[in-house]
Amino acid sequence: MLKTLAKSIREYKLQSILSPVFVAIEVFLEVMIPMICSDLINFLQGDLFGAHSFMLFGMPTGAFVANVGEGIGFVLAYSGILIAMAGLSLTFGILSGRACAKASAGFAKNLREDLFYKIQNFSFENIDTYLTSSLVTRLTTDVTNIQNAYMMLIRGAIRSPLMFVAALALAFTKSWFIALIYLGMAILLVALMAILPSRAMRIFRRVFKKYDKLNLRVQEDVRGARVVKAFVREDFETEKFDNAAEDIRKDFTKAETILAFTSPIVNIIMYGIIIMICAFASIMIVNTGSDFVGAVGSLQIGDLTALVQYAMMILMSMMMLIMTFVMITMSIESGNRIVQVLNTESTLTSPDGGLTEVASGDIEFENVSFSYAGDENKCALMDVNLKINAGETVGVLGATGSSKSTLVQLIPRLYDVTKGSVKVGGVDVRQYDLDALRGEVAMVLQKNVLFSGTIKENIRWGKPDATDEEIVEACRLAQADEFISSFPDGYDTYIEQGGTNVSGGQRQRLCIARALIANPKIIIFDDSTSAVDTKTDALIRKSMAESLPNATKIIIAQRTASVEEADKILILDNGKVVNVGTHAELMETSDIYREAYNIQNKKEDENA
Amino acid sequence: MPRKPAGMELPEGVDPNNLPDLKTLRKMMKEQRKNTPKDKSLSRVMKYVWSNYKVSFIVVLVCIVITAVISALTSVVLQNLISAYIQPAVEGRGNLDGLPAYLALCGAMFCVAIASGATFNVLMARISQGTLNIIRKDMFRKMQKLPISYFDRKQSGEIMSLYTNDVDALRQYISQTVPQLINSSVMILASVVVMIYYSLYLILVVAIGIVAMFLVAGKIGGASSRYFVVQQNALGKVNGYIEESMHGQKVIKVFCHEKQAKSDFDERNVALQNAATSANTYANILMPIMGNIGNILYVLLAVVGSIMIALGASNFGLSNLINPETTFLSILIGFLTIVKSFTQSISGISQQINFIALARSGSRRVFEMMDTTPAEDDGYVKLVRAKKNPDGSITESKTHTGLWAWKHPHKADGTITYTELAGDIEMHEVDFAYVPGKTVLHDITLYAKPGQKIAFVGSTGAGKTTIINLISRFYDIEDGKIRYDGININKIKKSSLRDSLGVVLQETNLFTGTIRENIRYGNLEATDEEVIEAAKLANAHDFIMRLPDGYDTMLESDGANLSQGQRQLLSIARTACENAPVLILDEATSSIDTRTEALVNRGMDKLMAGRTVFVIAHRLSTVMNSDVIMVLDHGRIIERGTHDELIAKQGTYYRLYTGAFELE
Repeated sequence: MLKTLAKSIREYKLQSILSPVFVAIEVFLEVMIPMICSDLINFLQGDLFGAHSFMLFGMPTGAFVANVGEGIGFVLAYSGILIAMAGLSLTFGILSGRACAKASAGFAKNLREDLFYKIQNFSFENIDTYLTSSLVTRLTTDVTNIQNAYMMLIRGAIRSPLMFVAALALAFTKSWFIALIYLGMAILLVALMAILPSRAMRIFRRVFKKYDKLNLRVQEDVRGARVVKAFVREDFETEKFDNAAEDIRKDFTKAETILAFTSPIVNIIMYGIIIMICAFASIMIVNTGSDFVGAVGSLQIGDLTALVQYAMMILMSMMMLIMTFVMITMSIESGNRIVQVLNTESTLTSPDGGLTEVASGDIEFENVSFSYAGDENKCALMDVNLKINAGETVGVLGATGSSKSTLVQLIPRLYDVTKGSVKVGGVDVRQYDLDALRGEVAMVLQKNVLFSGTIKENIRWGKPDATDEEIVEACRLAQADEFISSFPDGYDTYIEQGGTNVSGGQRQRLCIARALIANPKIIIFDDSTSAVDTKTDALIRKSMAESLPNATKIIIAQRTASVEEADKILILDNGKVVNVGTHAELMETSDIYREAYNIQNKKEDENA
Repeated sequence: MPRKPAGMELPEGVDPNNLPDLKTLRKMMKEQRKNTPKDKSLSRVMKYVWSNYKVSFIVVLVCIVITAVISALTSVVLQNLISAYIQPAVEGRGNLDGLPAYLALCGAMFCVAIASGATFNVLMARISQGTLNIIRKDMFRKMQKLPISYFDRKQSGEIMSLYTNDVDALRQYISQTVPQLINSSVMILASVVVMIYYSLYLILVVAIGIVAMFLVAGKIGGASSRYFVVQQNALGKVNGYIEESMHGQKVIKVFCHEKQAKSDFDERNVALQNAATSANTYANILMPIMGNIGNILYVLLAVVGSIMIALGASNFGLSNLINPETTFLSILIGFLTIVKSFTQSISGISQQINFIALARSGSRRVFEMMDTTPAEDDGYVKLVRAKKNPDGSITESKTHTGLWAWKHPHKADGTITYTELAGDIEMHEVDFAYVPGKTVLHDITLYAKPGQKIAFVGSTGAGKTTIINLISRFYDIEDGKIRYDGININKIKKSSLRDSLGVVLQETNLFTGTIRENIRYGNLEATDEEVIEAAKLANAHDFIMRLPDGYDTMLESDGANLSQGQRQLLSIARTACENAPVLILDEATSSIDTRTEALVNRGMDKLMAGRTVFVIAHRLSTVMNSDVIMVLDHGRIIERGTHDELIAKQGTYYRLYTGAFELE
């Protein structure tokens, strides 16, 4: 997982390296400050013989004064060093903060870009395997989680261990004995703390699932607000919600109670250390020549202040380290989800040097079988043989689930056949350059969407360089010009995300116009006029027949009226083409067609 | 849906697509803050804590104070150790004999700190989760009482995020921010007291440091939160674009629009990167700067103190008054220790600023929902089980009799009358507007006798669904009257009214659970046999039996594992199970194929037998056999009559029927 993610760092490698380097320098300076301070205090206190020696980093420089009053120059020297160090530490702190921000924001940008590009190359089959909402979460929340984790990694995750090691090392230079106590306490802290987060995490993971349940309750209640009210089930819903909420409270309280013990544990260690330093350091400073001091060495008062500082640093860094660890573990799930997308290879790619010219709108299916799962035993289409000539109008009819959409989606190669071959213009679709093929096969999908932007911009999707006249022309063909012109902003009317500000029928007509503007060789309508009234539906078909005589037109419909005049009507049942013929022929030969026709026209006949 | 960035809102009138430069933005935000009345939502959150956990919260407060004070006293322990034991011993003025007793005393004090720390942390976990639970439950209860118009107005994602993002911000606030703020404040206060005790000279140096820290925190914290707003905006745009593209991914592919999509995305992505870099830079450098100001302060104290010691100046502080023996060096050491924890407390507070902002806007949204005026229900006529006495009068029955009656208490004379539930509905000159001033129904009058089938025909927006919404009182009428079995429906309790209406809505909504549970939703007391009976009536039994688990098949995410037609059949079965005397069918068969539709229609025909039915349908074939057909146009009934009458009239219905007129 890490390897795949790391590939997205790219041009932000330098910043990613600089950030921890700057952090390291900052940490070094920070731990040195108490060291110099202790030198200063030792200087002020003087040694047992009353001499005030000028020492740096605990090393004697040889200079000393017998009286503090004469040592003002040395004091100023200490001051200069200390202020310089604090200033430098500040500078590097700022530098590392900046480098870290640049690196993590850049990394996140690259990650989003890689994901988005990857998804653009997905085939329909790839898209089908992911829920739309889950793709959105991966690109948004998950990337943000990784960004935060990365920020922690190149700053906090470096800072804490470094701080720990440096503070411990310097504590050793002051007194190996006390440093050993620190080390022992640190290990004890880790031992005590290690159990807590992992136990809490286990509960948290469980809680997150319960959260989903709570959200589901709210979501269903909100979406079905009318149902709930119509059936007077407010109390019933409230009870369901209460149970879910209570469940969360119990588990969350458990997890948080476990975590609540972290700070008391840290306090035990911290206060324990303070008591121990006070006891041992006092003996070591006072140095009555006991065996104990003989064994562990003596100390000065200044060393005591440094040691106390180091104890705090060690504890703080341990705490930070544990927190960083927990945060990073929490983002592992996000990382996995991102990598899953990044590692998905598109199941359908454009061939190298594919044909860029589509000769004609002829379509041929040769023994085509297709299965969404690639499993020949579970075919959505079976042994389809078809021949459609350029310029023909073909209707496709069949019950829900009879694979009408599946059949037509093979033509622009949205999916690859499992068996057999689909030919357009006499050539297998797999030999075409994908863009070239899809440019000539316009398809109006059943689940169609408009994008936020003006009507003009939306229509231009079909042909990026279309002139305004061409746009109006296409809309006229799709019977959309009239209603567009009635809008105050006409063709510049802004379409909201998802096209929510136009009616269903208007949306369908705009989608048709978008497909027609490319003047394609093949046009496929996948139940594209279901929300359009019969009269307009007929007008669209008529204008298409007149202005695009050479284009092959394939129309999937529920209404027999939509396909009655077609050159050919295909009847699909359970993934098989069971009948092919004109309206008149099918009235004779196809039970399914006749039944559908009769249901839809029955009452009119009675009244005729 | 792309959500308004949590935490901070842009000032009103600022176009998020065209942000002004930071200076202007800052001024505008300041202005906005000044003009908005003081926000009380956070204190309302605390009121929840207070009223539900008074005792625990007091204990928590006391414990926090104890913990913080002892923590501040740590430096006194050290200072006193040096000045009372070490220095005298080193200088030969004393010895360490008293040390064990002293340390034992300190140890006892620390134990108290640890115990109270543990107490408040554990209590706080309970308090915060308990409070959140109460808030959540309150939210849901309030939400159940909200009128349908609320749900029309808000997108479901928006409501969802109240329960997720906003409550989560409150969790952070109650469980972390509040204790942290109290703790830090007490720490600061205690530290100042200790510092005053130590030395009045040195506290002057600290004062300089504090001023510097507050200036920096204000400046950088302010810049950080402003850039944060910009970042949230950029993030919102990127998220919106992602959402749109992912939903339209197949369309993008069909139109070979990938390249364009990539470059559009890049543009927004880079804008987000730039905003994120700035926002994070400020956020990242705040801590090092605060920390290093702490370091500089530490150094300055050491320097000033040392120079004073070197110059032989004497200290001036409470400690010297209390104990003249206290040495300046021990004071300096104590001061150096406490100044560290002091600066840490200040940066601790500065770290919470963003969380406070988040919690504030979260709680504002939560309370906005909770303060929304609930749907009124002052009805007092209730639906009760009834039995017919031999003399023909009707009285209330405790057992299920199959007979229902309206229990109508009359305030004037204190009597109660019972009216048998028959399903007779009348509307008299009803006007209605969703938005005041924009009347969508004009002067609607209609009579539906028990057992009659009334159909509504008309284009989208003509007001068909609105009439149905009024009968079930999803909205209340402006003018005119609706009577149900002769009773004004405003007098009928909403729950009773809706219990008497069986509704199949335009949009099918199923719930997570088994098919059986979903059908039983119509009548929670229905036996398994009754459920199957209802399914058979709706023609749903056959397909249910073909499912691997039959009636125990689990439905997930609104029945996504079923076809549209099957979902519609289930929703009809659910209504059948309710067995109400009045049925309302709103476009139940719009998007299914003819064959399935015929199946659904057969189920509905059986269901409609013997009931008063209101039906809306796009396809005229569904409504032709109605007793009355109402043709609606722009909120008015323009034609009414049976199919044959309307055909003979050769009006709008006739033109619709012959296809000479289009329905939109």
